[in-house]
Amino acid sequence: MTDPPLDPRERSSVIRDSLGVGIATGAYGVSFGAVSVASGLTVWQTCALSLLVFTGASQFALVGVVAAGGAPLSGALTALLLGTRNTLYGLRLAPLLAWRGVRRVLAAHVLIDESTAMSVTRESREAARLGFLVTGVSIFVLWNAATLAGAVAGNALGDPRRYGLDAAVGAAFLALLWPRLHRRRNQLVAVAAAAVALGTVPIVPAGVPVLAAAGVALVAGLLTKEPEQ
Amino acid sequence: MMWTAVLVTAVGCYLLKLAGLSVPPRVLERPLVERVADLIPVALLSALVAVQVFARGHEIVLDARALGLGAAVVLLLLRAPFLVVVFGAAVVAAGVRLL
Repeated sequence: MTDPPLDPRERSSVIRDSLGVGIATGAYGVSFGAVSVASGLTVWQTCALSLLVFTGASQFALVGVVAAGGAPLSGALTALLLGTRNTLYGLRLAPLLAWRGVRRVLAAHVLIDESTAMSVTRESREAARLGFLVTGVSIFVLWNAATLAGAVAGNALGDPRRYGLDAAVGAAFLALLWPRLHRRRNQLVAVAAAAVALGTVPIVPAGVPVLAAAGVALVAGLLTKEPEQ
Repeated sequence: MMWTAVLVTAVGCYLLKLAGLSVPPRVLERPLVERVADLIPVALLSALVAVQVFARGHEIVLDARALGLGAAVVLLLLRAPFLVVVFGAAVVAAGVRLL
């Protein structure tokens, strides 16, 4: 990898693209804030999730399991399982970003789907770092501001079912799942996982059906041999 | 209990991110680990959709939430942005309940 300084045109194009993604993604913190208080969390707990957990799918999973009547700790376990994909992103980005010490410790907090996507395709280290930081930091700021706005508005609205917010949770999960459904194998895993979850709903405590569905990923991973992407 | 879950999730999710940037690749970069890690979000998100929309307590039910999900599918097929999908589903479910 070569390491010349970025030329100004490339620099502004990386910043522009990253900010675009940052604004679009950060804005949907509103839906997380509203859904989270509708699930019974306080505004403080909702804001703490966005500040400290800061990975959207895991946050939605925790409040979704709680909304379905599951124990908070099974929600936490589901959130952690979803968070494992960030570890894989980190493995791919580590040689590209090559940060050490305090910088790495800080960068890890904004290691999410979008900051990975906006840096992993860059050709130089400087462009990769710039894309990662601008995307990650702009999402962090907006996501947290939007979460607070959504949580306060959601609290003021009263009964969430009147506004269909309970249906919004399922739609949010579907929207997060959608881009992963291009491959046939993933479609089969999705159908099998939904079947396992619904099949176990009548017989196990709330929260457990979703965790049981993670077993489908394990079995499918063991049975398939096709190479990654 | 809820605060414990919030903090466990926060610490755990952060360590998962940091591990990716810190652990030598050869420890985790194995085909099976990558395949399973790639499939876990698919399985969990799909299960979450199913439970959120079709479960009420220990029962499987078809109600306004299912129509909300139908609206979400249509909006996703039309390539609508995330917020439009989420609030579109809410509006449809709320509308059905008013009928």
